[in-house]
Amino acid sequence: MKLIELTINGAAKRFPQSMNVAQLVVELNLVGKRIAIERNGDIVPRSQFEAVALASGDQLEIVVAVGGG
Amino acid sequence: MDNLNIAGREYTSRLLVGTGKYQDFEQTRLAVEASGAEIVTVAIRRTNIGQDASQPSLLDALPPSKYTYLPNTAGCYSADDAVRTLRLARELLDGHELVKLEVLGDPKSLYPNVIETIKAAEVLIKEGFKVMVYTSDDPIIAKQLEQMGCVAVMPLASLIGSGMGILNPWNLQIIINEAKVPVIVDAGVGTASDAAIAMELGCAGVLMNTAIAGAHNPVLMASAMNKAVQAGREAYLAGRMPKKIYTASPSSPTSGVIGT
Repeated sequence: MKLIELTINGAAKRFPQSMNVAQLVVELNLVGKRIAIERNGDIVPRSQFEAVALASGDQLEIVVAVGGG
Repeated sequence: MDNLNIAGREYTSRLLVGTGKYQDFEQTRLAVEASGAEIVTVAIRRTNIGQDASQPSLLDALPPSKYTYLPNTAGCYSADDAVRTLRLARELLDGHELVKLEVLGDPKSLYPNVIETIKAAEVLIKEGFKVMVYTSDDPIIAKQLEQMGCVAVMPLASLIGSGMGILNPWNLQIIINEAKVPVIVDAGVGTASDAAIAMELGCAGVLMNTAIAGAHNPVLMASAMNKAVQAGREAYLAGRMPKKIYTASPSSPTSGVIGT
């Protein structure tokens, strides 16, 4: 077990153990929500959520569609 | 049928609407329905971490099965941010390629930064996006964006959210005359007559948000815009009578008037 620190949507967040993207989605209570994720500037396709492991220092952007012009 | 063709797909409505600034999703849904629009723009924003995932979302109010989503890059001030935003949008919307590119230059005027816009368009087109591009009413830039491969050119009528209407119909006319892709007025429309004028000029369509959402009765204004765009289009197709300054021509017979 090792502590990891991620930057999610600009804010630092610590997690007690390493995990993949799918586990992070569960951790953040985003299951079932239509989201897209970028990790260190690259898109993480939904099909790759299980396969992509997160590492300390990763920069994540998690977005949704909202009303806009 | 007089359809709007964008990137090989036909749309019966020539009114495109934004989904921002409404009171709630119910008002959004009602206004969009009244507008008759088939294409709706959406913004891509960071999700609120910790928010209840079961909260209703825009996608519930306006199902993507019923509407063509046009993710936009509003709020982006660099080509890089705009490209990243649309890559996220494509992932979010299951590979959806039709997008609205908008790179702003200044938070006060929201005037487009055409240099960054061109940079972003280059990358996006290379990556297979179908780019509808928000731009200034500069005919040279509009042509350049078309030649790069943008599927629609969308010049402003006046500043975003200003409701000032069509301030430079002459530039819009030049853009329309030269264009081989649809020209859609995006931004600045304030009321129904503005939309009708845009269509009478020969625009292929009009995109608006604040003119509807900012009206006292947004749903009624959406209905007005629906009609204005159709009326303007029909007037354009009908071909207006020539303007005859100083040569009045009575509509009724000149002979047989009593008392003569």
